[in-house]
Parts: sequence; C-alpha cells; structure tokens
Amino acid sequence: MTVDFRRVIRPVAIGTIALLTEYALLGTQQFANALTLGAIYALIALGYTMVYGIVELINFAHGDIFMVGSFLAMWIMTTVLGLSGPVTNLLNLVGLLSIVMFATMVGMGFIGMFIERFAYRPLRHAPRLAPLITAIGVSFILQNIISSLFGPSPVNVPQIVPLDKFAFMGGKIGYLNVFMVVLAVVLMIALQLFVGRTRLGRAMRSTAQDREAAELMGVDINQTIAITFFIAAALAGAGGVIQGLYFGSIKFDLGFFVGLKAFTAAVLGGIGNTTGAAIGGFIIAFVEVYATVLGYTQWSEVAVFTVLILVLVFRPSGLLGQQLGERA
Amino acid sequence: MTAAPSAVPAPGAAAAAGSDDVLLRLENVHTYYGHIHALQGVSLEVRRGEIVTLIGANGAGKTTTLKTISGLLHPREGTVTFEGRDISRTAAHQLVRAGIGHSPEGRRIFSRLTVLENLKMGAFTRPQNDIEGDLDHVFELFPRLKERTSQRGGSLSGGEQQMLAIGRAMMGRPRVLLLDEPSLGLSPILVQQIFAIIQEINSTGTTILLVEQNALQALIVANRGYVLQTGEVALSGLSADLRENEMVRKAYLGE
Ligand SMILES: Nc1ncnc2c1ncn2[C@@H]1O[C@H](COP(=O)(O)OP(=O)(O)O)[C@@H](O)[C@H]1O
Ligand SMILES: [Mg+2]
Repeated sequence: MTVDFRRVIRPVAIGTIALLTEYALLGTQQFANALTLGAIYALIALGYTMVYGIVELINFAHGDIFMVGSFLAMWIMTTVLGLSGPVTNLLNLVGLLSIVMFATMVGMGFIGMFIERFAYRPLRHAPRLAPLITAIGVSFILQNIISSLFGPSPVNVPQIVPLDKFAFMGGKIGYLNVFMVVLAVVLMIALQLFVGRTRLGRAMRSTAQDREAAELMGVDINQTIAITFFIAAALAGAGGVIQGLYFGSIKFDLGFFVGLKAFTAAVLGGIGNTTGAAIGGFIIAFVEVYATVLGYTQWSEVAVFTVLILVLVFRPSGLLGQQLGERA
Repeated sequence: MTAAPSAVPAPGAAAAAGSDDVLLRLENVHTYYGHIHALQGVSLEVRRGEIVTLIGANGAGKTTTLKTISGLLHPREGTVTFEGRDISRTAAHQLVRAGIGHSPEGRRIFSRLTVLENLKMGAFTRPQNDIEGDLDHVFELFPRLKERTSQRGGSLSGGEQQMLAIGRAMMGRPRVLLLDEPSLGLSPILVQQIFAIIQEINSTGTTILLVEQNALQALIVANRGYVLQTGEVALSGLSADLRENEMVRKAYLGE
C-alpha cells in the first residue's frame, strides 16, 4: 500500500509540530487541560457538523443534548451503579467506565433520534427558519426537563477516576486526562472509518450530497437521517461523560456556552466537514486555555467568539471547507 | 425472474409480443407539483425486453413521468403498475429493490465520492460481497471508468459522468432502466457511443425506457415511442412509423 504524502504524512506532520509547539508554550499541565477540553468540544462539534451536512440544520439543541448526556452519565453512576467516589481497582474502573460510556452514548443516541423524529422530521419540507426555531424550542425543553428533575443549581458528579497523576517530561499528567483524550480520539477515528469505509457511511455521504439521487440508489433517507442524529447525540453523550468526570459538577444550562464553543469549532473547521470539526475543537480549546494562561480568564469566551466572528467574516467555509455535503 | 410461458423474448421481438408481457404500465396518471398539473392523464406501457422512448419538447413532462415511475413523485390520480403490482404509492428506495433503475436527468452522480464508491452506491440494495461480477460488467461497458475508479466523480468529464450515471444504475441489476436524457451535452461521437451502449444493455435483457431530446437517435434505437405534449400523450406507435409521421418530423426531427 502506498502512502499518499498529501493525504497522510503532511497533516500528521503539521499536527505533530503544532502539538509540540503548544506543549513547549503551555507546559504539561495546561497542555493536558487544553487537550481534554478540546476532546469535549470536538466530540460535540462533530454532531453539529454531521447534522448540518445531512439536513442543513444548525441544531441549536445540540449543546443541550450534550448537557443531558452529562446528567444521564451522572444518574447512571449514582443511581444505577451506586458509585460515590474513586474506584481504585483498575479492572473495576475500566469496566465501570465502559458501562457508563456505553449506556450514556446509546441512551443519548435514542434521545437524539427521538428529537429528530418528532421535532424536525415533520418540518423537513418547511422553510428553513421553522426547524431552526424548533431547535431553540427543543433546547429550552431539554433545559427545563433537567432543571425540574435535578434542580437549578450545580449537581456533583462522583469522581470515580482517582485523581492520580504521573510524571511526564518534567510535568505531571492525570490518568483521567489521558483516558479522556484517548477515548475521544478513538471515537473520532471510529467515526471516520464508519463514514469513510462502510456501506451506511457511504449512504450518509450520498444523502448529504444529493438526497434524491441517494433515494434512487435505494437509500432510505429517513433511516439515514435518523442514524446521523443517533451518532451525533451519542458523541455528544460521550462528551457529557467526560465533562462530568473532568469538572466534577454539572448544571442544566451547561449546554449553552459549551455548545456555542463547539459550534464555533464546527464553523472554524468548515461546517459539514468531520475532520475540520475535530481539529476545530482542539483549536478552540487552545485559544481558551491561552486566554486563561495569559491571565485573561474572564476574556476566554470573548476570545473564542472573536474567532467565530473572524471566521464568518473572512473564511465562511472554514479551514477545510465542506466535505460531507455538496451545497456550501 | 419468474418463468414466463415463453423464454425472454429476443430484443426487438418484444414489440410484437402479447400484452401479458407488459412490465410497466401507466394508466391515466396525473402528477402535480403543488398546484402545477404536470402530467394530465398519461397512459403508456413498456413490455419486457423493449426499448421504449419518450420524446417531447422541454417542459412536456418527460422527467416527471420517469419520477412518477421511480417513486420520487406519486400520482394524485391513476396508477403505475410494475410486474402486475400497483406501485403508485411505493417509496422510491423500495422500488430499487423491486427492479426499477433510474438514471436521472443531469446525471446526479455523487461528485465527492470516488467512481468506485458511486458504483457501490448503485449496488446499495445488494449484498456487498456479491458485486464483483457487476463491477466487471460495468467496466466492460465503460472501460474508461475502470481507469478512474479512485478518482472523484466530480473530476470526470461530462461524458464520463454520464457513463458513471448509467453504470451506477446498472449496479442495482434493474429489470427496467429509466434513462433521462443520457445524451444531453455530449459531443456527437459520445452521443453515438452512448446510444450503442444503450442497445448493448438492452440486448442482454434489460428493458429500457429512454427519455430523449435527440428524437431522431431515440427513434432509431427504440422499438416504440410516445410523444408527450404538455403532460399528455399526443401520439404513440412503432418508432419506424413515428419517424415517418408528419407532425413528428416537423416538431421533433427539425424537418
Ligand atoms: N420541481 C418542480 N416544481 C414545479 N414545477 C415543476 C417542477 N419540475 C417540473 N415542473 C413543471 O412540470 C412540467 C413538466 O416538467 P418536466 O417533467 O421536467 O418536463 P421535461 O422533462 O419534459 O422537460 C413543466 O411545466 C415544468 O415547469
Ligand atoms: Mg426533463
């Protein structure tokens, strides 16, 4: 098998150099922090971009789906599994984390499909503004359901992963950071393989490019769109699990800002482009961490949204442009 | 395929075959776009093994007829029957499995998918480990596609895209192939090639319903033809007779 320089080696080289530079500039601690945040943003951004690619809808409720995911994970850990603190046996820990991750992702996947079925599908042929407004409505509904179930104040998430750190190149990195970044990267690679190599992935890309032509190939459009919403919500759910474990507390309005940042990441990478969304997620996280490191913590959000505005003004198609769909 | 009393008729002979060999039948079909009454009672039939052409001016309703057959549109009145089964309400994606292949107007290939991926999409409804033979068959018909399997569909020339669109539709092993203006925008040499390939596809047992602006060529390869005018069948008959018809000669053959 030949390795295509442009497609494989160059991006890997650029990525490695960029990461080493960041590492040198930020130091171990903040670098790990940025990567973890980036993993969360990237997982959510993928959902924005996939849904936009296939139905041309900016799913404003997607940040709230992530928030619901963080609550679902917390509920599974506390109520279902009865966990309250660190699990020190490594084997148990891995098993429990897998259960939490799997259950949250599947649960959120079905919630995402349900929302598409009842909120968006009936409006598929309506003017574009209608589903957009509905998405905002869904966002309010999700926030209200969670705040009435779990209350309006922050809720603690049991820290089941011990906060141990190991020495790494003169600094210290938490096992938690490593676990979460590895997990996010594995999920993203799995997604790329699914979309790029499988029959259903081809159906998704075809549907995104030309829905009618895809139908003529025998693709069930409704089913394909439902699968897309399932995957998008499942990835947001994975982000929700990480959020809870990493920050230790969650709140019903969490999805708003995190969602907006992930949306920025999706736009930055080129809305509709899955690779772009993943890269955008990490870039946004680094921008935010820089602002904090330089002492402008309260300005970090301003920095992120400045990026959004700059992209929209100067490069609306994003860094990598459209990929999943056809229409810009 | 269920065995008919006689074997599959030889190409060309189908035109003379009995009406029990009708593969596809439209009866008094009315199709609308909102309030626009595009098809106003179209009736036609396509028999097993035939090439039937549908000619008519721009806006006559040719594309609408094909879309109504393949399930992208549904008639408000009238019926579409395929192999004796009423498919007027059946969704497009189910009709692919039933045996209807539709190569749409404007080619509509997936420009960001590779040539091979486009062909695999054509075989979407089939077991993916059973398509090697079909790929070989398509590459035999269109050797140029074989050299370009890993190229993106969008990077092909117009003629190659048309070949890909036809090849893609063939990958679903259709019993009837609907072709919407396959020669549009192609150079005269390519037009000849495409028509030759249409005949070759037909000679191996695929029934064809061909929509064409190039009425002369269409009436040469087809067994029978229908002339569509503002959503109605104005004229129909054997291609040879239509070629001699005064009205057809004036309006569509530019004489
Ligand atoms: N998407 C559409 N919306 C509204 N009217 C349409 C649409 N497509 C076609 N029509 C109308 O339906 C009629 C038949 O069109 P069509 O089937 O595309 O004709 P043809 O293929 O023979 O050129 C025309 O009057 C055309 O304007
Ligand atoms: Mg047309």
